[in-house]
Amino acid sequence: MSVLVYTENWDGKFKKSSFELVSYASKVAEMMGTSAVAVSIGNVDEAELKLLGNYGAQKVISVNQDNLKTLDSQAYTSAIASVAEKIGAKVIVVANNNSGKSIAPRLSVRLKAALGAGVSKLPISTSPFTVYKRAFSGGAYADVVLKTDVKVITLAQNSFDVIETANNAVIEKMDISVDAPKTQVKEVQKQSGKLLLTDAEIVVSGGRGMKSADNWAPIVELADLLGGATACSRPVSDEGWRPHDEHTGQTGKIIAPNLYFAVGISGATQHIAGVSSSKYIVAINNDKSAPIFEVAQYGIVGDAQKVLPQLVAAVKEIKGK
Amino acid sequence: MKILVCISNVPDTTTKVKFVDGDTKLDTNGIQWVINPWDELSLTRALELKDDASTGVKSVTVAHVGLATSEPTIRKALAIGADDAIRVNADPTDAYNVAAQIAEVVKKEQFDIIMCGIESSDFNSSAVGSMVAEFLGMPSVSAVSNLKIENGTAVITREIDGGKEIISVPAPFVAIVQKGIAKEPRIAAMRGIMMARTKAIKLYEPVAIDALTETAKFEMPAARAACKFVDAENPKQLIELLQAETKLI
Repeated sequence: MSVLVYTENWDGKFKKSSFELVSYASKVAEMMGTSAVAVSIGNVDEAELKLLGNYGAQKVISVNQDNLKTLDSQAYTSAIASVAEKIGAKVIVVANNNSGKSIAPRLSVRLKAALGAGVSKLPISTSPFTVYKRAFSGGAYADVVLKTDVKVITLAQNSFDVIETANNAVIEKMDISVDAPKTQVKEVQKQSGKLLLTDAEIVVSGGRGMKSADNWAPIVELADLLGGATACSRPVSDEGWRPHDEHTGQTGKIIAPNLYFAVGISGATQHIAGVSSSKYIVAINNDKSAPIFEVAQYGIVGDAQKVLPQLVAAVKEIKGK
Repeated sequence: MKILVCISNVPDTTTKVKFVDGDTKLDTNGIQWVINPWDELSLTRALELKDDASTGVKSVTVAHVGLATSEPTIRKALAIGADDAIRVNADPTDAYNVAAQIAEVVKKEQFDIIMCGIESSDFNSSAVGSMVAEFLGMPSVSAVSNLKIENGTAVITREIDGGKEIISVPAPFVAIVQKGIAKEPRIAAMRGIMMARTKAIKLYEPVAIDALTETAKFEMPAARAACKFVDAENPKQLIELLQAETKLI
């Protein structure tokens, strides 16, 4: 018996979110009186694999072969399911990101294991095994009982803190045969070096209240000064003021940074659905009755054009720039 | 080529949800039901592909697992332009059960492309599409923001962290679509609404498959602390507060 956690890598490296995932799996294992095992797919060196031990993984299984070079949901599902069966995993933990979402539901069917998707806390109980998950796009949460012997959980991003422990993981290379993938990646278009919106701990986001694409400089400057990323509301990306990959909200990106600045965003239900899991929300809006103030912890009622440059100046002063 | 679009019937996305029966069930009183936003975009893209003769797409069918009460939502999909519809007559209990029902439909009817929205706005599990593919042993591609058919082969754009991948996949396959797949959802025109009345909704009885999960109860999100307001004349105070209280700046 054990808890298996799939840790994705980005060009051979793990991220903070990988360590959150392993920390979570270790705590679930502790609740069940067992240990956590991580599985890594692809080319990751031993020193990097060892890092997972610092967050509680007792063992790290490394699977690396040609049929797993690109993410093919069938091939990855086969590989992870084989590992899970070999080690007798009772719970499989996967990130609730694009890759995790393409694998976890397949694992659920393959192993006839109940799926708890978008879970944001440790299980409420292990008998019956009950998880707490987002529902109605953040309008509510649900306590869901996973009724099967083996369970699959996807963990919502930034919902669990990293826990470091003194622990030395055993690294094991495992040979697993999987069929050649049916999907073929023809081309990859990737921006490198840019902080991803979903990874950012601080996000500065602008809405229709910014009036025009020409007014974005202070948003970008504030984000840069704070080491954060920029985002926007849907009308802004629809107008073409900002690129679509910045659209945050129900149908765009769902993010959960530690600090979210909503500037000139009124806070429609669909926008709140994408940001309500942020630890702190700061709202700047000229309408005191805007719904964004109902979810914000800090607010300024005022003209964003006037307030923003002063915020930028204040941050520069604090940072000594 | 035949496309199947799976649609879910969800509360309008501006609904403030409430629960009844000891917080175990959604209070459906006064709720406006709509096609799940991602499914609506997926239907739009399927119809665009059918409109373009070069793709060889001959028909677009919608499938839904739900009771008779969800027929208005299916009619809406027909009014938007789907050729016909299939309803599996079952109360959708969990994603596993719904996907199993849809897989049975696909086994009987045979489709080349199955499109599903990346999540439903009610349960947010992002599960049904990938589960359908696994039940059928088909390839699936998730986070699809574009789907084209070139010389009879599907060319898909998949969103990845910080970029995109162009993928080719042989039919039959499942495409799990997200924002970008179509610009705006197509809206039903009067002619479509008239025609929808006569289009067929084929009824399937469900196969016996147990749900693997059960919702014990719903909870409202934890209340957030009230907003602390800072005077617009002194924005610097906001930064000082954030620095002192959140330690994030």
